[in-house]
Amino acid sequence: MTAPLIIFFVLATLAVGGALSLIFQKHPIHSALSLIVVMVALAGLYLLLGAEFVAAVQIIVYGGAIMVLFVFVIMLLNAGIEEHTNFSKLAGFPGLLLAFALTGFIAATIARSTDTVQAAAQPGNMVSTRDLSTMIFKDFVYPFELTSFLILVAVLGAIVLAQRETKP
Amino acid sequence: MNAFLYANAWLIITVAKVALLLFIVLTVNAYLTWFERKVVAHIQSRWGPHRVGPHGLLQPMADGLKFLFKEDPTPAGVDRFVYFLAPLLALALALTSIAIIPFGPDPLPWKILGQTIYLGILPPNVNIGILALFAITALGVYGVALAGWSSNSKYPLLGGLRSSAQMISYELALTLSVVGVLLIAGSFNLTEIINDQTSRYGILGWNIFPQFLGFICFFIAAVAETNRVPFDLPEAESELVAGFHTEYASFKFAMFFIAEYTSMITVSCLCAILFFGGWLSPFPASWTWTYYLPTVLLLPAGLWVIWDGLRYETIFGKAILPGIGAVMCILAIALVIFPGVNNFIQAPFWLLSKIFVFLFVYVWMRGTLPRLRYDQLMAFGWKMLLPVSIANVVITSFAILRWGAIK
Amino acid sequence: MIPTNYYIVLSAILFGLGVLAFIFKRNIISIFMSIELMLNAVNLAFVAFSQAMHKLDGQVFVLFVIVVAAAEAAVGLAIIILTARNRQSLNVERVDLLKL
Repeated sequence: MTAPLIIFFVLATLAVGGALSLIFQKHPIHSALSLIVVMVALAGLYLLLGAEFVAAVQIIVYGGAIMVLFVFVIMLLNAGIEEHTNFSKLAGFPGLLLAFALTGFIAATIARSTDTVQAAAQPGNMVSTRDLSTMIFKDFVYPFELTSFLILVAVLGAIVLAQRETKP
Repeated sequence: MNAFLYANAWLIITVAKVALLLFIVLTVNAYLTWFERKVVAHIQSRWGPHRVGPHGLLQPMADGLKFLFKEDPTPAGVDRFVYFLAPLLALALALTSIAIIPFGPDPLPWKILGQTIYLGILPPNVNIGILALFAITALGVYGVALAGWSSNSKYPLLGGLRSSAQMISYELALTLSVVGVLLIAGSFNLTEIINDQTSRYGILGWNIFPQFLGFICFFIAAVAETNRVPFDLPEAESELVAGFHTEYASFKFAMFFIAEYTSMITVSCLCAILFFGGWLSPFPASWTWTYYLPTVLLLPAGLWVIWDGLRYETIFGKAILPGIGAVMCILAIALVIFPGVNNFIQAPFWLLSKIFVFLFVYVWMRGTLPRLRYDQLMAFGWKMLLPVSIANVVITSFAILRWGAIK
Repeated sequence: MIPTNYYIVLSAILFGLGVLAFIFKRNIISIFMSIELMLNAVNLAFVAFSQAMHKLDGQVFVLFVIVVAAAEAAVGLAIIILTARNRQSLNVERVDLLKL
């Protein structure tokens, strides 16, 4: 039981616990807080995998901007506890079963593979930001510029959509 | 026992360093409140606290006792989990950001338990130092927003939403204004950024000269980020009762308070490290006679404290103040006698002095400037500060392209 | 060290939990959060494979996924605000008719 393995299991438990809490909490703000816990746990896992820049970006963008947006919308829309509906419990059970089957299928397929994917994780192999940025700006410069355009379109769309209608 | 210590040496040393740093930061926070009250009072031509202990030095202790013993009611209808989580989150994040700051370049000259002890909790080879600080700052919005929302009351909700919107807006300008420094230094690592500012002429190598615009943007954005005057409308007393921490009483309010002052300290550290050379001396390295500056400052200060303490009639004044003064004088003389210690102490001394200067500027602004109205604040952040930060990045990039790395 | 399979199994579990949340939650914002959970699970798989194969493409793609998720969150939440304004409810079961 080496230290990285212990840290992996702690972070994995935190992530799965956060995801379970997302499902079982009744108030959307508690679900949002659980999702933030999942994201921070995943950032820790990225650090364990040696992707330090991605870990920092995950916390800054996902945890510090996207989830803040979610929390703001929940506060502004005054979302309350989910109401009880007459959702058919009978139909829920096959849904649960199918979701488990999907997860099991994906996990089993990958876990059973015995080729190079298995043995290659090495410790302490931090990826330098310099290499990552060289790759973005040399090989992936066209998608990079496209994503900036995408963000511009999204911002404009969000502003236009959320405006209050002005009566003429 | 010995084997256990040596097997987990790194963990034990880190826990000990964290405990020591926490103690130091909390004490500095307490005396920072004293400092702020005294300075603001003197700016306003009055005395500030001067009854509780000589020069009001025991006032933070009295405040701490008050916070511990005051009644801590929980309002009705709050969301209990989030209500208790918010100040905890704010405090934890603020204190975590101090862990990333390096306080000196060299480790201690002797090894404890076989580990080299660096001044600062994280080792100096953390390659994403400043990005981690921004990550913690980004998460700091939650403390405010959740506190405002969970209080189940109008004023905190408004204050919390306004405050968190302000923090998010100025976060952009904050991160962009640092990009110029990162372009010059070529790394996110704080130690490397400081080492990149070394020069034969001392002060001329600091980042403030190429990046003056960046520094202005960074400082203004950081003041807005920490919700201090002139950007503290969401928590000002005359505007929104007390903003997002209206419904929080003794100990939880103290947690928000400590979080705010700790983030002030962190911002001062960052200003000093990124733009003012961190632990580098402003004098050229060849002027080794400047190494006696700590002694020259400490000795008269110690003598004055002794003389001042003897004027008092209370026990604290007569016994403890001269004791503190005597310790300062002995320290000053010890620095002259042991040149090894003197050389080691230079780097932390300069960093702490610069942090102190920035804290003084923060408090000075509090006593002097009026508050910005909320729409003026947001307009300034988006329409003035953000374009100026982006312009700084563009100009710096062109300058580096044209003249190579600046130096 | 830690075999890559562990990360992939964790990613699959998170993805499955995201699907479960998508099926069983009734609040539109919670459903949207389950989509973010699924995206995060996929990001973990990308970074794990990138580390396993010693290529950086996985991490670059994760950055793009994060950016796209941000854009999608912005527009999606704007649509949610509009829907909530028009239907006065955040329950998806009330948004099942084209007529208001």
